[in-house]
Amino acid sequence: MKKLLKLSTAVAMITTLSMAGTLDDVKKAGTLKCGVNTGLPGFAEADSKGTWRGMDVDFCRAVAAAVLGDAKKVKYVALNAKERFTALQSGEIDILARNTTWTNTRDTTLGLNFAGVNYYDGQGFMVPKSLGVKSAKELDNATLCIQSGTTTEMNLADYFRANGMKFKAITFDTNEQVDNAFFSGRCDILTSDQSSLYASRTKATDPSKYIVLPDVISKEPLGPVVRQGDDQWFNAIKWILNAVITAEEKGISSKNVDDAAKNSTDPEVRRLLGAEGTMGKNIGLDGDAFMKVIKQVGNYGEMFENNIGENTPLKIKRGLNALWDNGGLLYSPPFR
Amino acid sequence: MAVYELKPTKQPPLSERGAIAWIRHNLLSSPFNILFTILSLWILYIIIPPMVKWFVLDANFVGNSKAECTGDGACWIFIREKFKIFIYGFYPESEQWRANLTMGLGALTVALAVIDRVPRSIKIASILMLPVVAIILLSGGYFGLAYIETNQWGGLLLTLVIAAVGIVLSFPIGILFALGRQSKLPIIKTLSVFYIELIRGVPLITVLFMASVVLPLFFPEGMDFDKLIRALIGITLFQAAYVAENIRGGLQAIPRGQYEASEAMGLTYWKRMRLVILPQAIKVAIPNLVGSFISLFKDTSLVMIIGLFDLLSMVTLTTNDRDWLGLSTEGFVFVAIIYWIFNYLMSRYSKNLEKKLDTNNKD
Repeated sequence: MKKLLKLSTAVAMITTLSMAGTLDDVKKAGTLKCGVNTGLPGFAEADSKGTWRGMDVDFCRAVAAAVLGDAKKVKYVALNAKERFTALQSGEIDILARNTTWTNTRDTTLGLNFAGVNYYDGQGFMVPKSLGVKSAKELDNATLCIQSGTTTEMNLADYFRANGMKFKAITFDTNEQVDNAFFSGRCDILTSDQSSLYASRTKATDPSKYIVLPDVISKEPLGPVVRQGDDQWFNAIKWILNAVITAEEKGISSKNVDDAAKNSTDPEVRRLLGAEGTMGKNIGLDGDAFMKVIKQVGNYGEMFENNIGENTPLKIKRGLNALWDNGGLLYSPPFR
Repeated sequence: MAVYELKPTKQPPLSERGAIAWIRHNLLSSPFNILFTILSLWILYIIIPPMVKWFVLDANFVGNSKAECTGDGACWIFIREKFKIFIYGFYPESEQWRANLTMGLGALTVALAVIDRVPRSIKIASILMLPVVAIILLSGGYFGLAYIETNQWGGLLLTLVIAAVGIVLSFPIGILFALGRQSKLPIIKTLSVFYIELIRGVPLITVLFMASVVLPLFFPEGMDFDKLIRALIGITLFQAAYVAENIRGGLQAIPRGQYEASEAMGLTYWKRMRLVILPQAIKVAIPNLVGSFISLFKDTSLVMIIGLFDLLSMVTLTTNDRDWLGLSTEGFVFVAIIYWIFNYLMSRYSKNLEKKLDTNNKD
């Protein structure tokens, strides 16, 4: 009945709705509808209580904290790879945070905008330590386990051809089968996106016997996506992402954010936390919106460490996802 | 005069009675059977010991983290830890009694339907009441119950809701289409045939995909049409076409004389159908109907592709929990057992019903 009522009001307000901005819609609804993966270790998963958690989930929470003042006000919509863009285009979700690779075609032809990158992924290799391999360049004549029909297969062939090396591939239908084949020794090397290699590694009887090689043979920048043509919302998402990166750069974490807001003398920190200037208001949020994000969810480093970092079973190294002054690619334009 | 003393009956020779005879007759009666017996024993020998080892002997039962699964066998700790979300999905813990109550009422309704002594009016009333009560209980928003959005429903609860709604609603719709297909009115007949053949010509996964991906594109932006309702409509319409065909099979099995006799009595069309034709037709169609309901129950797992978390997709989701990676075998075994229990009960019930309705009028 409630649904029906909602439906009829929705029909009555078609014209006004399609004109209004997403930001106002979210504020009015009081919940953020966030599209996430149907299950990807470390990025979107449910714990034993049925609570969502992960890198992408944390980004949803950050947006909810900034826009609604409460990180819990998120409605998670689990989407598979095929329906994710439709869900965003049709307005079923307000933002898509579902490990989606930013590519030219997606950005320019789907009526969508990528608001930045929250994880730099890329296809890599995992080998048993006993193999004694240090770099992907030494993999000539290797036997690899891969999942069939994915871009993984294409990237692999390209990489080996470009480097004049030969390989033998054993293909499997599902991720599960690929992992089993690798750990039972049917192939020397497992190849997939690095984040999923780390997840596979935890399935080994002794994970410490395997290493993920540092080489990355494809670029997979994953980031939040919004609808094109809503610049206010686009700006808000972009700068929420920048805020968590800047917070890490400035050493502001969920633990010291209250103190920093009162006592910090760094003008950029003061602007970020809303102690001076109108950074939050400029994008239609409260003055202390970014402060709420950092207090409730944390800075980028905290999101990383809580979900996929060294203290989690995944044990992913920062690598490309370190700050720019630490050898990584994370770089936020200044808050001024 | 010599009296013939009745001798006590002798037992058959040892080779013709007891376990030995049974083995000889059933397992070793011909060279081919001997070979077959040996082959079967060998296959059992290969399969059973490792299975018992994996399921019980080497399995892990104690503890509460993956690290405590040190044995080579199954890690049943995983199932125990995740049991609640397998059953309730994301349904809030403090409100789970509502889910329990709903499932209990469902079981009660089934029990009432099975017991012979319960009057038919109560049976029908309880089946009709169930969906209304279930929806009010589960979604709330009335009588001081907190409103719980359908995206929080999940696990076995969602599987049962989808299967129950699909089965109960598709039945009357299916009957109408079956009658429509038999109709002498050309428009009704054509429409029914067109609908049935269209739906039967596409897989359920396509229907669900249309309902979930294509349908929203026709709605104005920002209009949110509940995903579960979309899926339920898709599944009900799909199942109705199959029910219609099953019932049509039953209708065609009824001798012409029954139609003519009921017409001769001056009954109206609907009375003829309700009192004479359909009761017989449905009886004939029971085995097929139950078969298609069982396959619907299993097909509910397809809602996974539209991002609803039924029992199977809930298990898949939890196998992606970073603390419990690599335990999908245990999860899938658990799902298989649950599916088997429900489907076995359904098929037993249909056997039971067939026996009860059997009037021995086979010609």
